Amino acid sequence: MILAIVSEAWSALGMNRLRTALTMLGMIIGVGAVVLMLAVGQGAQYTVNQSIASMGSNLFIILSGASTSGGIRFGMGTAPTLTLGDAQAITDLPDIAAVAPVSQGTAQLVYGPGNWSTAVIGTMPDYFTARDWTTASGNAFTDGDVRSATRVAVLGQTVVSNLFGDEDPVGKTIRIKNSPFLVIGMLEPKGQSLDGRDQDDTVLIPVTTAQRQIFGNRFPGSVRTIMVEARSAEVMDHAQKDMEQLLRQRHRLHEGQENDFDIRNLTAMAQAAASTSRVMSMMLGAIASISLVVGGIGIMNIMLVSVTERTREIGIRMAIGARSRDIMLQFLLEALIISILGSLIGIFVGVSGAWMVSWLTNTEVLVTSWSIALSFAVAAFVGIFFGFYPARKAALLQPIEALRYQ
Amino acid sequence: MKVANPLIRVEHLVKTYETGAELAVAALREINLSISPGEFVAIMGPSGSGKSTFMNILGCLDVPNKGHYYLNGEDVAHLSKDRLAQVRSQMLGFVFQGFNLLSRMDALGNVALPLVYASIGKTERNARAMVLLEQVGLGSFAHKLPNQLSGGQQQRVAIARALINRPLLILADEPTGNLDTHNSGEIMRLFRELNEHQEITLIVVTHDPNIARYAKRLVRFLDGVVVADGPVAEILEAHA
Repeated sequence: MILAIVSEAWSALGMNRLRTALTMLGMIIGVGAVVLMLAVGQGAQYTVNQSIASMGSNLFIILSGASTSGGIRFGMGTAPTLTLGDAQAITDLPDIAAVAPVSQGTAQLVYGPGNWSTAVIGTMPDYFTARDWTTASGNAFTDGDVRSATRVAVLGQTVVSNLFGDEDPVGKTIRIKNSPFLVIGMLEPKGQSLDGRDQDDTVLIPVTTAQRQIFGNRFPGSVRTIMVEARSAEVMDHAQKDMEQLLRQRHRLHEGQENDFDIRNLTAMAQAAASTSRVMSMMLGAIASISLVVGGIGIMNIMLVSVTERTREIGIRMAIGARSRDIMLQFLLEALIISILGSLIGIFVGVSGAWMVSWLTNTEVLVTSWSIALSFAVAAFVGIFFGFYPARKAALLQPIEALRYQ
Repeated sequence: MKVANPLIRVEHLVKTYETGAELAVAALREINLSISPGEFVAIMGPSGSGKSTFMNILGCLDVPNKGHYYLNGEDVAHLSKDRLAQVRSQMLGFVFQGFNLLSRMDALGNVALPLVYASIGKTERNARAMVLLEQVGLGSFAHKLPNQLSGGQQQRVAIARALINRPLLILADEPTGNLDTHNSGEIMRLFRELNEHQEITLIVVTHDPNIARYAKRLVRFLDGVVVADGPVAEILEAHA
């Protein structure tokens, strides 16, 4: 019987094709907009999350303090307050997974006839762990390389493409500030950081080599920054307190004296960026779902007209044995067919729209199965919700009055 | 004519309509009537005499304010809406003045429609509908839409629809009201044939004595009460 009623609902919709199509259009636009907006929002979120993941997780960066010269205060990291010893001491704290002191500067790289200026990062093997960065070919340098300050370099993709083109850089020798370095590895590409810097435009060398041979160092053993990875997100706060306490102790700071270093929680900053994009994505979806509600109201409107127009038909059906619930079911099904068909077409429109947006603006869009399932479920709910009142109105008609209706 | 088990027994039936503040119009005052299986009854009366109200109550489309209506032994006067729908589906067939076919369905679909609400499968629905269409002489019109049929043909489709659930009783309210004399005769002869050969109980409301003559028994309504009840010929002559 349900099959017969479905086919009747279908044929009733077929009676007035234009009206059905226009009502459906409301649902198509609504669902299409939701799918498209969710795709754009999630694409943005995905991009942000990718950047966060590329940075590494549960990260702190410790900056050395500001120096003062003749009353002029320089920025963070200008005073040589952090040392390799500090980094070593942090390693012994609980909750710490990796510690990498960083000495950073810009230097000219030369290979054959080509040259390229890039960020040279002097660090330790833990840097690869902390930043979750692996080599695409060759190897990273080791603690042994750091101890003996060997001249080895691991290149980022941007540097490789600028110096070597398609050539394999591993095993070649480049010159950094005129010192020869053996290229022992090439890093996986990481893409843009959250602030838009190209993370692949860099070269990693042992921190000792960097200090002794590239940058020189007025204060031997000092570093500008230390990168620290905590064991998990839960221990971040605790680890930060431990490090602060440890460094204050090591730097012999008295009670009330200001820190001569700054511990920054990079992950918290990244999470703020992620939650911003999440809110954006939700806003887009919420605005789009308004059109879904408007589409639902369109269904209700048309169903109400339809019930009035077909009052006599309802009377006939009741006279020949239809119960209230049969009538109700028929009109609910009509509303449901409109909304489900509309949402299927709308999903198709939304997905193609998302694909178009991605193609035209060259941005990441992400159509997830749950966003499709969600908009489909919401559309079905809208159909039932807005179809219910007209269907009930039809079902509650008195047969004798419905039959008399002209 | 009275038998032990009447198909219809109506006792002290009262129906009033509230037409406005404190003004009630009595459509039926005190109706007592019995109809046995196999009877062919015509109901006559002027407009407003209550005959249509009476038909609606007999057809379980409306409920009385007071009194009892036993249909096949069961008091159906005060059943719920859904139970009434079930009674209509299982025991009653309707033929209306305006045919009341669904315009977007072909003749076969219209005839089969009551079976949808009796939860009968599609194959059986169509087979039974086809048999009845052939019986009313419209076998070759099964796939015509109502607006492609003449009034007489439409009414025969409606009669086939009324018959499809094998009802105990067919109620026809001015079944020939929209038809010419020739078609009216056809329809009434079909009714008589159904009554005589298949022993289907028929109640026909009409204002036309010539139509009433096809029935066997005549009940006359006036101002909400039965004023005459007996064999058609007797009543018509007494009135004339």
